[in-house]
Amino acid sequence: MRGFIIKEFYHIFRDYRSMIVLFGMPVIQVLLFGFALSTEVKNAPIAIIDHSNDQVTREITSKILSSGFFILNDEVRGEGHIEEVFRHGKVKEVIIFESDFATRLEKDHQANIQVIADASDPNTANLLVNYTSAIISDYQREYLKEMSLPVTITTESQMMYNPDLKSVFMFVPGVITILLMLITAMMTSISIAREKEMGTMEILLVSPMRPIQIIAGKVVPYVLLAFVNALSILLLSYFVLGMPVKGSLVLMLAESLLFIVMALSLGIFISTVSKSQQMAMMLSMFALMLPTILLSGFIFPIENMPLPLQIISNIMPPRWFIIIVKSIMIKGLGFTYIWKETLIIAGMALFFIALSVKKFKVRLD
Amino acid sequence: MPIIEVENLVKKFGSFVANDHLTFSVEEGEIFGFLGANGAGKTTAMKILCGLSAPTSGKVMIAGFDVYRQAEMIKKRIGYMSQRFSLFEDLSVWENFQFYGGIYGLSSATIKQRTTELLGRLGLESEKNQLLGSLPLGWKQKLAFSVAIIHRPSIVFLDEPTGGVDPITRRQFWEIIYETASQGITVFVTTHYMDEAEYCKRVSIMADGKIVALDTPANLKLKYNAANIEEVFLKIARN
Repeated sequence: MRGFIIKEFYHIFRDYRSMIVLFGMPVIQVLLFGFALSTEVKNAPIAIIDHSNDQVTREITSKILSSGFFILNDEVRGEGHIEEVFRHGKVKEVIIFESDFATRLEKDHQANIQVIADASDPNTANLLVNYTSAIISDYQREYLKEMSLPVTITTESQMMYNPDLKSVFMFVPGVITILLMLITAMMTSISIAREKEMGTMEILLVSPMRPIQIIAGKVVPYVLLAFVNALSILLLSYFVLGMPVKGSLVLMLAESLLFIVMALSLGIFISTVSKSQQMAMMLSMFALMLPTILLSGFIFPIENMPLPLQIISNIMPPRWFIIIVKSIMIKGLGFTYIWKETLIIAGMALFFIALSVKKFKVRLD
Repeated sequence: MPIIEVENLVKKFGSFVANDHLTFSVEEGEIFGFLGANGAGKTTAMKILCGLSAPTSGKVMIAGFDVYRQAEMIKKRIGYMSQRFSLFEDLSVWENFQFYGGIYGLSSATIKQRTTELLGRLGLESEKNQLLGSLPLGWKQKLAFSVAIIHRPSIVFLDEPTGGVDPITRRQFWEIIYETASQGITVFVTTHYMDEAEYCKRVSIMADGKIVALDTPANLKLKYNAANIEEVFLKIARN
């Protein structure tokens, strides 16, 4: 067994391609998702058309501009310009104050602000409008306090756990999940398929080693490597992206280990059904990667999917792991809140192990 | 007592009969040639003897153990060199010996001693730290054979060990086989080179899943009135 594990490490460390996949991917993915693929909006160019130009509108304007989300493009002078600047992409949003804004507010207790956003990029538009209205209602509250008027009901939305709506919070759990899934499932399935392709598997099967020993020998190194990877992603997200683990780190690592075992058993299963390295690779890419990204709730919210897809997403192991990671890392919840998801993943692991042991035996006949 | 005893071995894949009532035995220390055209069922039979595949019916005894019930005992006593090259290309010569010695449960001291001995016999001591992938095919085949006997098996199964190897290396390879047999290890070998069949003590020739001829090369030539085994083979294959 020991010799087996050492041999497997030789395989990994002497193949620079698998080395790159193993250790380069986590870094690249975390950085990519953390920085490049950010869905936050910073410094969006906006225009403000102020027909009133009184104290209130100036205060609101400065509040908006000092938020850090927007920068002012002061080329726009009138409503006639709006379409043109949108078309050139010079601004993402235009805010228009009606005339006599302060006076109306005082007399009628009501004044209007129009917000027009460039929705050719709907996500950004949505975010910008939300930010803007949040800032305005914030101002409204302050204003009301000063006026000491009878109580007015205002809705107050609060973004729990992630008040700044940092997208890092959303991506890190997803990236951990994808990487653990990919590295463990894909690498093991490829490495077992390679033994088959090279003919070395036959020699191993002729030897007194039991199938379970052969599989364990192949799998243990990847458990260790995947675990190292999970740690390095957590470290990266903490030091580079500033995302702490709020809950118990031990619980987080234990859950990762469970997920790794699940992904490994899936990888073994893939290798028992594929004859070559290419096939193992394709199977893990298409059968694992795409559904992991698309159906796990990593990028697209599961609630928004059509019902059939929602049902399918239930059998995606990453879906449950992402819930676990989010609960521990972001919400800081304990095991009592995630035992159900943990149980599901453990069940899946057992299922795939049983299936591949059965497959492995059948293959010998 | 014969070391390999096969009686009425049948292997079916669905309705296809790959091995049709094979009966033969191999004596200890014998070099037994297992010939046949492609698709005659040689590899299937060999896989059954090695425990890689289960027979459909029939009696198979290897080194006194039953293939159905005592597969684990058999596995410790056989060596196997497959048709495809089967050492790890990205490991060094030494590491390959270490690994295969290890899976047969040899101690590191034993592995070290035997590796030195086997490499010495091949004259490849100076290559022991080279990656296997960088060596020529003939050397790799000789190394694969040495690895197959590192645990001193009673029987070594060689599935077309000399495929794609030059004549000089083939000759050397057979010298090693003889040396191995002289140490009491039974050699069970399949080949497509008929000149190699002449080196065997006895040969069997398979066609369509059956053994159609089994004798010493000399007797076969006499029986089929042929100058060499190649002619014997062609006469059998044409019928």
